[in-house]
Parts: sequence; C-alpha cells; structure tokens
Amino acid sequence: MNISAHMIIVLTVVCLFSGLSLVYMNQYAEPLIKINAEKATQEAIFKVLPDVKNVEIIERGEKVIFKGLNEEGELVGYAFVAKGSGYQGIIKIMVGIDSELGKLTGIDILESVETPGLGAKITEDNFKGQFSGVSVLPAIDYVKGKKPENPNEIQAITGATVSSRSVVNILNATIKEVKEIVKEIGPSGEGENE
Amino acid sequence: MSSVRLYMEFFKGFWKENPAFRQLLGMCPLLAVTTSVINGVSMGIAMTFVLISTSIVVSLIRKIVPNQVRIATFTIIIATFVTIADLYLRAKFPPISKELGPYVPLIVVNCIILGRQEAFAKKNPLYRSFLDALGMGLGFTLALLLLGAIRELLGSGSILGIQILGTWFEPWVIMILPAGAFITLGFLIALMNVIDQRLKRTA
Repeated sequence: MNISAHMIIVLTVVCLFSGLSLVYMNQYAEPLIKINAEKATQEAIFKVLPDVKNVEIIERGEKVIFKGLNEEGELVGYAFVAKGSGYQGIIKIMVGIDSELGKLTGIDILESVETPGLGAKITEDNFKGQFSGVSVLPAIDYVKGKKPENPNEIQAITGATVSSRSVVNILNATIKEVKEIVKEIGPSGEGENE
Repeated sequence: MSSVRLYMEFFKGFWKENPAFRQLLGMCPLLAVTTSVINGVSMGIAMTFVLISTSIVVSLIRKIVPNQVRIATFTIIIATFVTIADLYLRAKFPPISKELGPYVPLIVVNCIILGRQEAFAKKNPLYRSFLDALGMGLGFTLALLLLGAIRELLGSGSILGIQILGTWFEPWVIMILPAGAFITLGFLIALMNVIDQRLKRTA
C-alpha cells in the first residue's frame, strides 16, 4: 500500500477511536462535574450565611448574587463570589453579608495559590474568622501587629501583609458592586421575578 | 530483548531503572505535587493508569503504525487517556482534582509515558509492555509517595493529614515549598547511589 495512504488511514482510525471514547467519557462525567461544582458553591454559601435554609439566585450580567432565606422565607443576607489577584494568583472568596449590607456574616476562601506557610494562612480560621461580624462601613480596613480597635478592622497576617491586603481589597471592591446591584433590584428583590 | 526475564521487566521500574530516581524523568509533577502523601499517591495512580493503558494500545497496534507518524499516534493515544483520567477525577474525586490542578492534564507531556512507548511498547509484545508499564508506573508512584511522605512529615508534621509530630515541632515551611522538593529529591538520589555502591562492593 502507498505509504501516505497508510499513514492517513492509521491516524484517522486512531483519532476516530479517541474521539468516540472521549464523547462517551464526557457524557458520563459532565453531569457529575456540574453537580460537584454546584454542591461546592452551596456548601460555601451555607458556611458564610448562618441560619440559611433556602437560596435564591439573582443574576445581573456576569455577577451572580445568592439571596439567603431562612425557614420562614425571610431575607437573612446575601452571598456572592469575590475574585481578584492575590500575591501569586487569583483569590476567589465566597462572601456572606447581612440583609442591611452593613456587616459581613463570614467568608470562605474557595481558591487561592498563596505561599504555603505564609499567605496560605488566609484560608485558616484564625484569619478568615475575623471577618464574621466585621463592619463594611465605610470599608474594611486592616491593622498590622496589634489588635483591631474599630469594628471595621481586621488584623493582617504577620509576614503576609500582601495576601491579607489583597483579601481586604477584593472584598471592598466587590461589596461596592454588590451594593449597587442590590439597590437596583430593591431589598425585597421583587423586581427580579416580575 | 526477549532474553530478559519477565519479572525483570516488572521490577526494573522500582530500582534499577526507576523513572524518577534513575532516569530523572517526570520531574515536573514529581516536584510540584508531592507536598503531601495523598497528592503524591493520587498523581502516581493517575500516571500509572495512563501509562498502562497507553502501553497496551501502542503494543497492540505497533505493527500497523507507520514509523513516520508513530509519535503523532502515540500522542493522540496518550492525550485520550489523560483526558479520561482527568474527567474521571473531576467527576468522582473533586477535592483531589482541585489539589492536583493542572498537573493531571500535564501528564500528556510527561516524558515517562512517551519515553516508555518509544523505548519499549512499540517493539515488545503485549504482556511484556504491560509488565513494563506497571513496573514503571508503580516505581514512579513509590517515588512520589516517598517524597510526599518526607515533605509532609517535615513540612506539616503530619502523614496523610494525621498529626504525627507533637506541638513541640515547628514545621519546616521550606519543605512544602519548591526548594524542599529539590532538596529531598537530591538526598534520596544520593542515598540510592550510596546503597548501590555498598551492594557492588559486597558483591
């Protein structure tokens, strides 16, 4: 047989088999991967918004805000994903804020690639626990090497000021955006459904 | 080639031709993911799976693949199995998949896999290729396990996430940083060389 024809046939057949097996695998895996991603987001929401029983999703362009409702269907707060650059790469944070948008109820770091042992401490409870109850008025601020005195302050991690500051900046920037969106749709959120 | 005993095809991957410590292949995942035992072992298993599946297929079709397009063919086969492994991990073990990050898709360019196809599977029958791939894969997994264990113990004071060293132990942060990977690898290779020399002298 002609060598070119031989090469074309072999490559075509191999690619065909490769394609078929990948289609088959993808059909099996895709729904599971989707469920996993949803479950991870749900879990993070429940972690940052205490007493939430139900979640309503509000989409505004690229921004997605989760409305947390309690057992009686009353609004307890909002949760949203904040994203921005840290010391080494992107930091992704799930943020919970109360219904008046005045105080954070908690944060959870979804993704980060900060330096192990230093910046990576932003994922530890010692650091991220400080954000429960912190005031966002006028904005969150950080202090170094001493205990925070004002309700809107948190203490930065020793040796990882850049990572700590990144978290604070990401939060402040995103909270501002979210406030505008919430103002637009109104605190009751009825405008969205009608 | 066929004069080599069957069990040697399997065991050479563990010591004499260990892909990590002797051939120094696959250094990128080796150094990057061994911050803990569980990461190292899951990476090793994913790699072994790809290596065995690829070797089987390559060995089966070795006589019909024209020499000119063999690399292209091997690459397609490797990429297919890597994608399958990646999708499976993401579907079934999302936390592990998240930890390993881009290093699972990067198995495609891992030289151990293409290396075994070129050096072995393309000219050996199925059962030999299978044993060779199994031995190489497990040898690599063992290397990842060893590195992961040493780095996790010294860097976090734990093994498999269970705290082993007490509170008196201040973790050596450097061990879970890239530098710790190089240092540990260097010491392990040196240790292997010392053992080899001792064996030679007594023999």
